[in-house]
Amino acid sequence: MAEKEWIETLIYTKSGSLTELGTHYCPGCTHGISHRLIAEVIDEMGIREDTIGIAPVGCAVFAYDYFNMDFAEAAHGRAPAMATGLKRVNPDKIVFTYQGDGDLASIGAAEIMHAAGRGENITVIFINNAIYGMTGGQMAPTTLPGQRTTSTPLGRDIEVHGFPLRMCEILSQLDGSAYVVRRSLHNVANIRRAKKAIRQAFEVQRQGLGFSMVELLSSCPTNWGMSADEALTWIEEHMVEAYPLGDYKVSPSIAVTKKDEGR
Amino acid sequence: MAKGRIVVDETLCKGCELCTSVCPKDLIRMAMDRLTPKGYHPAMLVDPDGECTGCAICAVICPDSAITVYRLVPAEKVRTPTA
Amino acid sequence: MAKELLKGNVAFAEAAIRAGCEAYFGYPITPQTEALEHMAKRMPELGRVFLQAESEVAAINMVYGAACAGVRVMSSSSSPGVSLMMEGLSYIAGSEVPAVLVDIMRGGPGLGNIAPSQGDYNQIVKGGGHGDYHPVVLAPASVQELIDFTVEAFDIAEKYLCIVIILADGSLGQMMEPAELPEMKKVRSVKERPNWALTGARDRDPNIITSIYMDPLVEEELNRRLMAKQAKIEANEVRFRELMLDDAEIAVIAFGTSGRVAQSAVKTAREEGIRVGLLRPISLYPYPYERVRQIAGKVKEILVVEMNSGQMLGDVRIGNEGRVPISFYGRQGGVIPLPDEVLEEIRKIQSRINASE
Ligand SMILES: Cc1ncc(C[n+]2csc(CCOP(=O)(O)OP(=O)(O)O)c2C)c(N)n1
Ligand code: SF4
Ligand code: SF4
Ligand code: SF4
Repeated sequence: MAEKEWIETLIYTKSGSLTELGTHYCPGCTHGISHRLIAEVIDEMGIREDTIGIAPVGCAVFAYDYFNMDFAEAAHGRAPAMATGLKRVNPDKIVFTYQGDGDLASIGAAEIMHAAGRGENITVIFINNAIYGMTGGQMAPTTLPGQRTTSTPLGRDIEVHGFPLRMCEILSQLDGSAYVVRRSLHNVANIRRAKKAIRQAFEVQRQGLGFSMVELLSSCPTNWGMSADEALTWIEEHMVEAYPLGDYKVSPSIAVTKKDEGR
Repeated sequence: MAKGRIVVDETLCKGCELCTSVCPKDLIRMAMDRLTPKGYHPAMLVDPDGECTGCAICAVICPDSAITVYRLVPAEKVRTPTA
Repeated sequence: MAKELLKGNVAFAEAAIRAGCEAYFGYPITPQTEALEHMAKRMPELGRVFLQAESEVAAINMVYGAACAGVRVMSSSSSPGVSLMMEGLSYIAGSEVPAVLVDIMRGGPGLGNIAPSQGDYNQIVKGGGHGDYHPVVLAPASVQELIDFTVEAFDIAEKYLCIVIILADGSLGQMMEPAELPEMKKVRSVKERPNWALTGARDRDPNIITSIYMDPLVEEELNRRLMAKQAKIEANEVRFRELMLDDAEIAVIAFGTSGRVAQSAVKTAREEGIRVGLLRPISLYPYPYERVRQIAGKVKEILVVEMNSGQMLGDVRIGNEGRVPISFYGRQGGVIPLPDEVLEEIRKIQSRINASE
């Protein structure tokens, strides 16, 4: 029998929907992972030239430097409103926002709520790292009870600061939301699931089914005061319990189109 | 002979060590003898026994897209990419 | 086109449509709501975008988004709503995208009332939002001007990639007057949108629209660019109307509705033999400082009339450069001055002049 011939094949390399620039994120920060996943999904769907992103105010403020596509930078929390304006006059483009938890769940709570309520046909990637990264580690609306931050030095006291907001649970209640799910970036299996969800969210938009959001439990090793690896463990041990992973809203129309595709 | 290999782009690697903790074969080490242009010890493949499978698990966790993965694939399975 | 009887709010909304406005985002507030309602009916009929936002904060950010896509877009509101838009306006200014806003001012501060006022002058004309920028501000005094300036606003905004604000008050918004609307302009196709617009990076490099420049030297560059643009605007876009100033000893300076009231007073005073004229600034930014300076060189006194506590007064003082005495007559809180009240002020000045001679 003849010797089998083997060919060295490229299995994985940096996505073409990302620019060559290295990011400014801290080592091990999962903002980088979520950027990668979004870019890979955009590659796989072949929609780079039709996609317009909106960067938040937060650590991802310079996301437009890293994504190789049209991008705008919004005011703090206003990305969903800006995306609404962009999408309404560019209905055949794919418009997504990328927002942190301060941006989306605190200062931009009204904008995200109403974008979802309207069934705005946009995709939101929501980075929940339980802290304000950019401004140096203050409490976010998603900070866990007891969690120490620079503005809750003794730990978040629910008597004073109230309770964390669970945005998937809230937004999934709105009739306009088509696809609202929570995933986590704390290990390889979960990262793979997160990517599938991001793909589904963009598909929902492409099919015009309404508002889609993927919440990603993320790390902020710097402001949590941990190594990158410890931070992933902290997500697994503390955040997943407070923010259960799962599909909070999958509109029946999505199931239907999936079935149709299968035929 | 190893089925796979990785190449770490040292201009992108920030030495976060996440790849080292996920490699099922424990083949990634930090290069303590040198620094990247940004001042980090980069990750590197240490695979004397050719164990790397090209599974790309390290690339999946890398936040900085620093890892490129190659794998040996039987020739009959390599399809020329269609446009 | 023939003149028809039009309400101010409806007139500027329809004028915007005819100027090719492709998207309107707003939030109801008296006394401009008829504009939003007109848009709600007309825009969908024409296959264009109308959306009632959840707040003025959202509305202006929707305007920002659509402006980034390179379409003609506008919002309208009244004082408290415009306050909420200041953040978005600053971002629009910093990103250098064109946008048009109509502020139908009402009494304030606070919730104030729904009566006509000119109390937003400083907020609108001096920039309003944070940072160094100036919107172009046009002040109409009739329904016809409301129409004409709205149409022009879109051209100016696109020419300079800036914000243009039509600053009017509740009486103009609510007033019915015969006026002529322009012809319907064709809306641009996606291909005709400007080359900086966000339309998807197909066969070109990505476009990025942002207002953050962490390096102060780069931010300074943006500011210098804005300044250069402002210098051009100041050279080319000054607008004003005037009446009987040639031989005048007294100049009345008033904008918008105050200017309209002052005009009646000036005409009556002329009948009484008082040599008085009127300067009605139309562009409040760029302000007609040079014209004020020339007038101050010829008259004996200036009277400023406003529906506020004296906000444009500061700009008149700048133009006057201390040449002649300036007096101020204002009504506040949503009260429109009567022509007789202004006439009385003119008479007082005339007797002062007589006494000194
Ligand atoms: C109107 C306004 N208020 C406050 C700030 C300051 N600020 C910048 S980023 C930020 C919080 C960002 O936190 P988050 O959205 O959680 O994103 P992260 O940095 O954690 O990714 C704040 C408060 C601002 N830029 N604008
Ligand atoms: S501060 Fe936190 S969220 Fe921001 S880049 Fe660093 S690790 Fe990431
Ligand atoms: S490809 Fe797989 S085996 Fe090879 S280094 Fe990466 S994780 Fe380890
Ligand atoms: S995960 Fe990426 S950035 Fe981190 S050490 Fe490995 S190669 Fe470097």
